[in-house]
Amino acid sequence: MSQLLKRRFFEQIKVMFGAEPSKPTAIAPAAQAMHFYKKGNRDLIAEKLHARAHAEHKNSWRNRRWATLIVANLLFTFSFFLDIQILEGALTASRFVGFHLIDLNSALQVMLAHKHIINNLLIGTGTVLVLWVLLGGRTFCSWVCPYHLLAEWAEKIHLHLAKKRLLTDQTIDRRLRTFFWIIFALLALATGYTVFEAISPTGIVSRALIYGPGLALLWVLALLVFEVFFSRRAWCRYACPIGLTYGVVGIISPVRIKYKLAECFHEGDCRKVCLVPHVLDTVIKGRAVETEVPLGPDCTRCGLCVDTCPTGSLSFEIKGLSKLG
Amino acid sequence: MNDGDQKPVVGPTPPLSKARRQTNRRRFLRTVLLTGGVLGAALSGFLPLIYSQRKRLRPPGALDEKDFLASCIKCGQCVQVCPVQAIKLADLIDGMGVGTPYIDARQQACDFSCDAVQCVLACPTGTLTYHKPDFLTVRPGAALAAKPILLAKEKDPEPTLNMTERMGVARLTRPEACLAIQGKGFKGQTRGPDFKGTMRYMDVDRWKPIRIADHPYNVAECDLCVRECPLKGAISIETVFAPDGSKRKSPVVHEPCVGCGVCEMVCPVEPSCITIEARGVWKT
Repeated sequence: MSQLLKRRFFEQIKVMFGAEPSKPTAIAPAAQAMHFYKKGNRDLIAEKLHARAHAEHKNSWRNRRWATLIVANLLFTFSFFLDIQILEGALTASRFVGFHLIDLNSALQVMLAHKHIINNLLIGTGTVLVLWVLLGGRTFCSWVCPYHLLAEWAEKIHLHLAKKRLLTDQTIDRRLRTFFWIIFALLALATGYTVFEAISPTGIVSRALIYGPGLALLWVLALLVFEVFFSRRAWCRYACPIGLTYGVVGIISPVRIKYKLAECFHEGDCRKVCLVPHVLDTVIKGRAVETEVPLGPDCTRCGLCVDTCPTGSLSFEIKGLSKLG
Repeated sequence: MNDGDQKPVVGPTPPLSKARRQTNRRRFLRTVLLTGGVLGAALSGFLPLIYSQRKRLRPPGALDEKDFLASCIKCGQCVQVCPVQAIKLADLIDGMGVGTPYIDARQQACDFSCDAVQCVLACPTGTLTYHKPDFLTVRPGAALAAKPILLAKEKDPEPTLNMTERMGVARLTRPEACLAIQGKGFKGQTRGPDFKGTMRYMDVDRWKPIRIADHPYNVAECDLCVRECPLKGAISIETVFAPDGSKRKSPVVHEPCVGCGVCEMVCPVEPSCITIEARGVWKT
């Protein structure tokens, strides 16, 4: 990893905790040459318009992801409903053919509140930790979390209303999520109650899917209404401590989205569909520090940008595998 | 105000425009709004803990309520393994207890038809446990004098349930309505034909619980609570003296009672004459 990418790696961790991405102070010569080449290049502009005219919008990654998310959640439901016992429990804690799996954030809340860790809890948490380090941290959010899917649908309504100029997205300070993470950790530690678990829409929706709906869904509904009419994807973007926990896990994950400067026309379509556009600051004209830049840990690896990019400058990458090939 | 008090000359960063400042202020207010909303919702979960009238009956092996709520990860694995579906998950009105397991004994009691307290085995966090960690204390009267003997496996090499503390204690709360005390018998389906509750009847099938409605009774003197109690020596019909000096038959609860709630479920009187005091302790 070059010095510039290393610097960016650490800056993106800060960005995950709520800092605003900054303009790079230094850019690698190869990337600089590319930036310069693109500046006012008429051929490139013609090529861009051509690509634009012939671009077909794909949903392949989105469809794969939705299928995975639905299958994962239905596996919970049917394991109980049909008693097939493959994946017993709920997203907070479960057993996959007997092996303990425990959600990292829920485990953290329980450990802080109860201050006693039994073996099964440790095993389940360790397994899930390894699993999500391998799979990409916040991959949990977009590929498994049932609230994410509901919020994606709410987002569609929000964007439709915004397009009709009936509302505008009201942004909120991203540092709030870090604040919530700390507050809920301290509350668990100080009060001895898993305070966050009571309002976690992930847990509530997961349990509703398995054990039947309850009044707790009203809270989830309130969040969705807030997101539709006021602030786009507010819970996932500004509030959810689960996202931050998995984001931290994803810092060292090999699965990520890679950006290739050469193919990019800097139209910004990817940033418009992205849940966390601050990880895509590198696609802004003149920002890329290298010709290839991996996205930061706050990226949920949802693949919407990959689907959206008309020129294929964003793609999934598994670090290390390209070297093997 | 003299000239020396004038504001210093602009530093390296230029001041924000008025519009920009306004945008920032509004954004700050929205951030406060979301903070208040989320924290308000989270902290409102404490209200039911303060105002709750009745304690919940928790599944076997549950830690004391405070520790129970601290350690439960709200996954419902205990719900999934229960053969009679006695365990339900609490809803929003339980506040911080949302998603935690409880038993409504009158609707469906724990009859130990799993033989081994499966919910304890299923619990991933030790909220339901055979071995309470040393740093947690046992309330006086909560500990069982001996491991309870499950009548269903009395002849097995290991006839006991691995329980050290009771979930609660059965109490004869409405003796005036008790059929046994009145000397009355009971004939028919206890709880009526529509009652959904199930139970294991050893004389029917050891491994398959059936609906209570499918197992009608015909007893000259009502002793359903004693007859169906799954534990040895937890309850019996005794001769007692009424206040007027007359001899009566009455169900009497004994120390081995763990508070499973079968007696409450099968009591034919509405509402039940015998009820479980959740988290209740044995008083001599």
